[in-house]
Amino acid sequence: MSDIDKLRKIKTDCVQTLLGLYKRANAGHIGASLSCLDILVCLFFDRMKAEDKFILSKGHAAVALYTVLAKSGRIPESALESFYKDGTLLGAHPPCSRMLEGVTFGTGSLGHGLSLAAGIALSNRFSGIKFNVYCVLSDGDCNEGSTWEAALFAAHQKISNLIVIIDNNGLQGFGRSKDVLGLEPFAKKWESFNFEVVEASNGNDFNSLLDAFEKVENCDNGKPKCIIAKTVKGSGVSFMEDKMEWHYLPMSDDQYQKAVCESGDQNA
Amino acid sequence: MRKEFSASIEKIASAEPKVIFLTGDLGFMALENVQAAMGTRFINAGVSEQNLVSLAAGLASQGYTVLCYSIAPFAVFRPAEQIRIDVCLHNMNVKIIGNGGGYGYGIMGATHHAIEDIAVLSSFQNMKCYIPFCNEDVNEIVNVMMQRKGPSYLRMGFGIKPEGLALPAYSGVRKLKSGKKITIAGMGPVILNVFKAMEMDMDADIADIFVVSEMPLAEELPEDLLNSVERTGKLLVVEEHVSRGGLGENLSRLLLEKSAGCKLVHRFARGYPNGLYGSQAYHQKMCELDPAAICKIIKELSNE
Repeated sequence: MSDIDKLRKIKTDCVQTLLGLYKRANAGHIGASLSCLDILVCLFFDRMKAEDKFILSKGHAAVALYTVLAKSGRIPESALESFYKDGTLLGAHPPCSRMLEGVTFGTGSLGHGLSLAAGIALSNRFSGIKFNVYCVLSDGDCNEGSTWEAALFAAHQKISNLIVIIDNNGLQGFGRSKDVLGLEPFAKKWESFNFEVVEASNGNDFNSLLDAFEKVENCDNGKPKCIIAKTVKGSGVSFMEDKMEWHYLPMSDDQYQKAVCESGDQNA
Repeated sequence: MRKEFSASIEKIASAEPKVIFLTGDLGFMALENVQAAMGTRFINAGVSEQNLVSLAAGLASQGYTVLCYSIAPFAVFRPAEQIRIDVCLHNMNVKIIGNGGGYGYGIMGATHHAIEDIAVLSSFQNMKCYIPFCNEDVNEIVNVMMQRKGPSYLRMGFGIKPEGLALPAYSGVRKLKSGKKITIAGMGPVILNVFKAMEMDMDADIADIFVVSEMPLAEELPEDLLNSVERTGKLLVVEEHVSRGGLGENLSRLLLEKSAGCKLVHRFARGYPNGLYGSQAYHQKMCELDPAAICKIIKELSNE
């Protein structure tokens, strides 16, 4: 089995787990998790080394994170059973308690992740410990002024071990990004902030993502890196794809069966 | 207090290699020695307080103690959510340093004042606010703050210790002076206006004077304060902070829970009642926090 096939198999398993979690909890944010799941699988099962760090700035995609944490053995699979239940560490957003392995910072309010990641990444300047910090942002994250404060800082300080991946699905809380608060020319913005920028034309495809990671990680010009991954909200489930409402809605029984069926077939 | 603060941090910087100092582009004529002492561990992050605080939390998560410096309003209010979530909820070892608490920046105006800072920050999980009352108080408080693991806020101002006043051993609530008829509790340098009031045609032993240097107050009030309130039955609270969420409210609750009833007079920052600006002394006068107004209320209370 090729590396890509292995990633596809892992992703398929993760989607099934993810859908089950959302269904049992009758919870929303499914579209956001499916949008970035390929990125997270790519990171946790291919790119990240043991010493590397990860920040999910778009905390509403917590289930994608919980799923890959469990699948990669960072947390026990059994921990997932508590998702959304009273007394859980696995709420709708990653916890701030520092009690969940693999979650350095709880998130959920947009615009924090890039600064946190920059701070963690900067620490190696004092400690001498080498590692990369990967930070996944949403379109909405890039509405926040604090994200651009962090971008200015990271570039100014030449924090080259910082790798930002933007889950650019073009949809945000109450509309399309282009209609709410246009981000284009998006790549040029990050370039002008002095980031090394690579665009992944299909952020829900491992070939496209791995190619983008290869390009930025082989770049040794001292700049922080940014991958703008063109993704689809609700990727892999036809009736959710590119639909804003799947930021919020839980699935009916029929929808769940259809989603499980489609996502299983897609990557078989 | 900036001089005393920077001298303290300069010493700590040499002894503690895991301390990092971040400034939001402020510190002219105050932090040059800290910058020199810390070298690359001193970072001017620019005028971007939200990034500054989350950045500090990120560094702290890797085992560093991180100080974030600005003037009090900029240090607290712009990055309030970053302090709440990234620092306080995660219990990170980040120290927010705010210069010019209260009306400290006087004629600079309302944008530069911080009269709601303690209310905001003391309501956050794990946060401890430290409020020196005079310049001589700073070094010990900085050391106490730096030794405590977790989120802290240092609210600095300016205050010269009254001649002859010996600083008692440090604690969050300290008795500065003994008296008979009323109990006075104050927070920050405005307590010095009480000492000035005492010099105005008044019995020297009229009041027990306590200074509060940590907020929120510990749930168990010190015995000497409780005893004083029970004995005098009259409590005057002075603070250069709004009434909501400040010392007066905090202390009142704790006294009520102890059934320590007393007459309470609360003098606090009233904002900008006439919409006009002036020096710190001007704003204190508008709030009846100046020595003359405090003298008047002490006399009234003691004669009741």
